[in-house]
Amino acid sequence: MREEVIVRVGAKVLAPFIITFGLYVHFHGDYSPGGGFQAGVILAAAIALLALVYGLDAVQRVVTPRFVRACAALGVIIFAGVGVVTMILGHNYLGYNALAHDPKHGQHYGILGVELGVLVTVFGVMVSVFYLFAGRRGRTQ
Amino acid sequence: MLLTLLAAAGLALLKVRNLFAVVMLAGIYSLLSAGLFTVMDAVDVAFTEAAVGAGISTVLFLGALALCGHHENKPGHTPLLPLVVVLLTGGALVWGTMDMPGFGDPANPIHHHVADHYLEESYSEIGIPNVVTSVLASYRGYDTMGETTVVFAAAVGVMILLAGRLGRRPRPEGKGGSG
Repeated sequence: MREEVIVRVGAKVLAPFIITFGLYVHFHGDYSPGGGFQAGVILAAAIALLALVYGLDAVQRVVTPRFVRACAALGVIIFAGVGVVTMILGHNYLGYNALAHDPKHGQHYGILGVELGVLVTVFGVMVSVFYLFAGRRGRTQ
Repeated sequence: MLLTLLAAAGLALLKVRNLFAVVMLAGIYSLLSAGLFTVMDAVDVAFTEAAVGAGISTVLFLGALALCGHHENKPGHTPLLPLVVVLLTGGALVWGTMDMPGFGDPANPIHHHVADHYLEESYSEIGIPNVVTSVLASYRGYDTMGETTVVFAAAVGVMILLAGRLGRRPRPEGKGGSG
């Protein structure tokens, strides 16, 4: 697919919008359908699109396999970390009310925090799995 | 209408032997399911189905296809025994649904355990209009953390299966190399 000009330009134009849409889905998840999980999948889809059009090597130079593997673990740490922070502040594990004076604000920050954890993990996992599947092809040929 | 299309896509999935067509049909099936969820007002579920089922899964299937070829071999056995098993299981499941409360009945127990509280109080307690997000990330935060861990664990499993030689010296050719 490397020589198809329309596909290359189309992917180049679409990718930033897909990534922006993914972030919108994440940060607007409180008000509209969506959240960390869907956003992570959309971001991973943007990476997969670029990898399909420009080749795996080019994309892996920017988003390295090591980085996405770290993301997969980091997300779980962020999620669990929010719970630990609320415990240190004297509330229950994942009791977001601790995070601000106004319980509602605390809930807001807490939800944004754990959704960020979900986003990072899902993004890392999806891209890692995609890399593994796509990378095997190169080894067999 | 959507259910009919869904059934048609499912039957076509069974008949077609070209795996590339199967992957495309599976994507269509997911997209139709997403449409069905939207009709049933489960927009968050529809969103996930469209992104995961019709999006990423299709790409991963295509990646697997590139490894294993485009044609499915004919099965070597007669379909009689599997047919009987499937009919019996399906019949038992349909029989089991007879005891379930009517679909969409507002008096169902599932709508009165904690759902009333979530729908009425979540805005004053959490301050977020999307009840799904409130339930997912706050009321049921433990469950969501478990899910995140499961996703992570699944990825670790795939890595162990597909990238077993990661970080190790590649073995000499012809000696146990599966790639």
